[in-house]
Amino acid sequence: MLDLINVSYDTQIPNNVGLSQDKKVLKALEKWHPGYINWWNDLIPQNFQESLVYLRTAVSVDPKGWAKFDYVKMPEYRWGVLLAPQVEGRTIPCGEHYGEPAWQEVPGEYRNMLKRLIVIQGDTEPASVEQQRMLALTAPSLYDMRNLFQVNVEEGRHLWAMVYLLHKYFGRDGREEADDLLRRSSGSEEAPRMLGAFNEETPDWLSFFMFTYFTDRDGKMQLESLAQSGFDPLSRTCRFMLTEEAHHMFVGETGVGRTIERTCQVMKENGIDDPYDTAKIRDLGVIDLPLIQKKLNLHYTLSLDLFGQEVSTNAANAFNAGIKGRYMEARIKDDHQLKADTYTVWDFEDGKAVQKEVPALTAINMRLRDDYTKDAAGGVKRWNKIIEKFGIDFEMALPHESFNRKIGVFADRHFNPEGQMVTGAEYDKGLPEWLPTNADGDFIASLMKPCYEAGQYAGWIAPPKVGIDNKPGDFEYVKLHMA
Amino acid sequence: MSKRIDFQTDPSRYRHWRVEYDGEVANLVMDVDEKGGLFDGYELKLNSYDLGVDIELADIVQRMRFEHPEVKVVVMQSGKDRVFCAGANIRMLGGASHAHKVNFCKFTNETRNTFEAAEEDSGQKYIAAVQGSCAGGGYELALACNYIMLTNDSSSSVALPEVPLLAVLPGTGGLTRVTDKRKVRRDLADVFCSVEEGVRGQRAVDWKLVDEVVPNSKFAETVQERAREFAAQSTKATGDKGIELTPISRSFAEDGSVSYSLVEVAIEREAGRATITIKGPEEDAPDSTDALHAQGADAYLLRVARELDDAILHLRLNERELGLLVFRTQGDPEKLLAHEKMLLDNADFWLANEILKYWKRVLKRIDMTSRSLVALVEHGSCFAGVFAEILWSVDRSYMMLEEFDGDNRPLATVTLSESNFGTYPMGHDLSRLANRFWADGAEAEKLRDRIGEPLEAEDAEKLGLITYALDDIDWEDEVRVFMEERASFSPDAMTGMEANLRFVGPETMETRIFGRLTAWQNWIFQRPNAVGPDGALQRYGTGQRGDFNMERV
Repeated sequence: MLDLINVSYDTQIPNNVGLSQDKKVLKALEKWHPGYINWWNDLIPQNFQESLVYLRTAVSVDPKGWAKFDYVKMPEYRWGVLLAPQVEGRTIPCGEHYGEPAWQEVPGEYRNMLKRLIVIQGDTEPASVEQQRMLALTAPSLYDMRNLFQVNVEEGRHLWAMVYLLHKYFGRDGREEADDLLRRSSGSEEAPRMLGAFNEETPDWLSFFMFTYFTDRDGKMQLESLAQSGFDPLSRTCRFMLTEEAHHMFVGETGVGRTIERTCQVMKENGIDDPYDTAKIRDLGVIDLPLIQKKLNLHYTLSLDLFGQEVSTNAANAFNAGIKGRYMEARIKDDHQLKADTYTVWDFEDGKAVQKEVPALTAINMRLRDDYTKDAAGGVKRWNKIIEKFGIDFEMALPHESFNRKIGVFADRHFNPEGQMVTGAEYDKGLPEWLPTNADGDFIASLMKPCYEAGQYAGWIAPPKVGIDNKPGDFEYVKLHMA
Repeated sequence: MSKRIDFQTDPSRYRHWRVEYDGEVANLVMDVDEKGGLFDGYELKLNSYDLGVDIELADIVQRMRFEHPEVKVVVMQSGKDRVFCAGANIRMLGGASHAHKVNFCKFTNETRNTFEAAEEDSGQKYIAAVQGSCAGGGYELALACNYIMLTNDSSSSVALPEVPLLAVLPGTGGLTRVTDKRKVRRDLADVFCSVEEGVRGQRAVDWKLVDEVVPNSKFAETVQERAREFAAQSTKATGDKGIELTPISRSFAEDGSVSYSLVEVAIEREAGRATITIKGPEEDAPDSTDALHAQGADAYLLRVARELDDAILHLRLNERELGLLVFRTQGDPEKLLAHEKMLLDNADFWLANEILKYWKRVLKRIDMTSRSLVALVEHGSCFAGVFAEILWSVDRSYMMLEEFDGDNRPLATVTLSESNFGTYPMGHDLSRLANRFWADGAEAEKLRDRIGEPLEAEDAEKLGLITYALDDIDWEDEVRVFMEERASFSPDAMTGMEANLRFVGPETMETRIFGRLTAWQNWIFQRPNAVGPDGALQRYGTGQRGDFNMERV
């Protein structure tokens, strides 16, 4: 009898899918495994590979107590294949097959569409590890370094999760796609990652926090909608991935929050009330709030682009096929087929941005993006609470969705962060106030000095309120290997 | 779609393509202006195309030959990131009338054939340099090139997704070229044409879908290297100086009649017909290749070809209710033959060759025109040599026999020239004469000893060069009755009957495209599974799949 809650370690690959009895897939995965390990080993600088990192490893898919914490060398991390438990009698939650029993095998007619979705999702997972590979060299603390590595190994595991689906359900094509997931590489001229945003380097820790807050949240939304898939194995995989993804967003939100907190604290200590007195603030070695806002503007808008065109045939097809749902599909009160519904999207008429109603089925991306914006607003509110507590007159805000867009109806037009259309000249003039400049980047880079003492933090960031796994403040989250 | 579609353009008006001339290599960059659609209601996203985009391409290919004979290799590539070309614009197709779709496909097919043949005809080799997705009509563009290079970035692919995605065929030569030209084995072609996402990397080479895959980082460099190599291997003469294709002279009358300098299109709307009258040359033939070059676009046979070509295209697209096209000529057959002879004698001179090859294409365009075609060989006409080909392109011909009362024009004759025995082959590679005589080349060859002899109606009829010779008593009535009868038949049955009877004998890739592939595509274009309100083509973009009637027909 298979134990589908607790993770089985009887094969090289931890899993709760009965791999030891599925020789064919096990063989395929074992063949893929060395390539993955090589990828990992070539990626992360050597001394970190040898270091002992206090990581959580999934041991169960039971929402209560699914992980255990321990020191582990990253290459020895037990990446595994973990699916949320099967829900008895689950039905397809949306589209033309609404209400039919969920698919346990790939429906032939949707095989290619499913494969493409899985490959695109899979391609982003290793990409972010590649983007972040150098960050440990400038970690502001061992606590943060540990969080970075936790995010990295879990993104690695998410790659595994997608590769398992490809191996298990997509035959030879799937195996080739799985190989290509290791062949493509972020920023590579030879074979870049599929989505543009995943080919940009993550140059510093504030970028990393912004990335995990904003871009990983796009990942969360995509996983949320894939968790609604009528293809049950994909749904179960994504549901478990979401458990892990929550931590990544936590790292982002608290990272930005701690940066803000430290800035406010230093301003207060030095009697600075004006958040725009940036020269003085920067001299004190902390990142001024307007610059944090600029970073926010950048990462939020790049992440909006990841949702694709507002009106999208692919998204409509996927929804109607029942292989990708909406955020919280089950809680939405409608026919789940969108036969007659409309949804409001932006468009351009006579050079003006206007909102208009389009068939809701074609606006699936737009809806998910709107849900994303609502979801992303929560953290911004909490960041403002921190500023408010220090009595500083400054408020972070999400820019308007039209600002700085490269994809969708706003692409290649000039808008300011408030969403007003501006001329090219006004745009160029405003840009240094709206997005980080090279000088801003240089300044942030100048602060990126490693701080490897247990319990110590770089000067630009405040310590966390609570430790990971409730460990005390001076806990050594990474036992660095000093070669 | 009532606005007049104009097939005349020039580089100053291009919105979708640009050409960078670099000595013997030309870089042809497709960079479609999303907002530049010929009609409202769709955006040309992802380098997708409509008729307007293709009209520009046809113009470029034509100018490449006449204005840039120094070019030996043309590199077709995309100006956009991550997409080579997404093919014909689906929303445009979804919104277009059946007739427009058919005409659109025909014109794009002719354009593909034109640049495909450029290597053999003009020594201009087309390379497709594919980066990004290359799907449907995009891959069909590449297929018509003489060499396909694909980047190996693990996401760029070639694909024919029409069947799974839209429930139509890759109808711009796709299905046919994959097997007949690229020699993809038919079962692999079956796999390829059923997979929406296509094939990438080494497998694309293994399956012969592309000639070469190149590492992404070396792609641009390798493409230019290959272009230089091909240019160096070319046997085309070096350093030819082009001529300018100046704007043609054309005016439209209120009733829709069109006047060119050498071609008149008279429209009789009630009768459903257009009469195309071609004027023979007045001036003598140029006496040297230098003189021909100096005449440039004004050289008689080039000018008249351009005008006739434009007239045919205009009638096809803009005058769809004129079901009968009547061809007439007026002029001195000897002078015409002298012009043609000058070209035939100097066929190794690039411009003479280009003009002859252009006539081959124009005559094919007539063969492929789905209207009832008739030629009237009247007194004073010049159906000689190249113009005689028209007689064997059309469905029937009527010739004036003996003198007509009160008509002092020279007696109607038909004169054969050397060119009628192979200079202007049809799509199935036979001369029109061979095609006329049951694809029997020997039968046609028997006519060789009549070359140069002005054949009057009785002889012409006896030799089978015309349908009927009619004298003054019968002419008017017979011609009238024929035209009235023709105009009363079902246009669909006419198109079908004529398309079948016009081509006798063997098939080539070209006739398989225009015959088999196009006929099936046009059938599918009528079927509810594609174009019905719940068909895949209509539903494309809505997220809903086509609702198919599963009955096999």
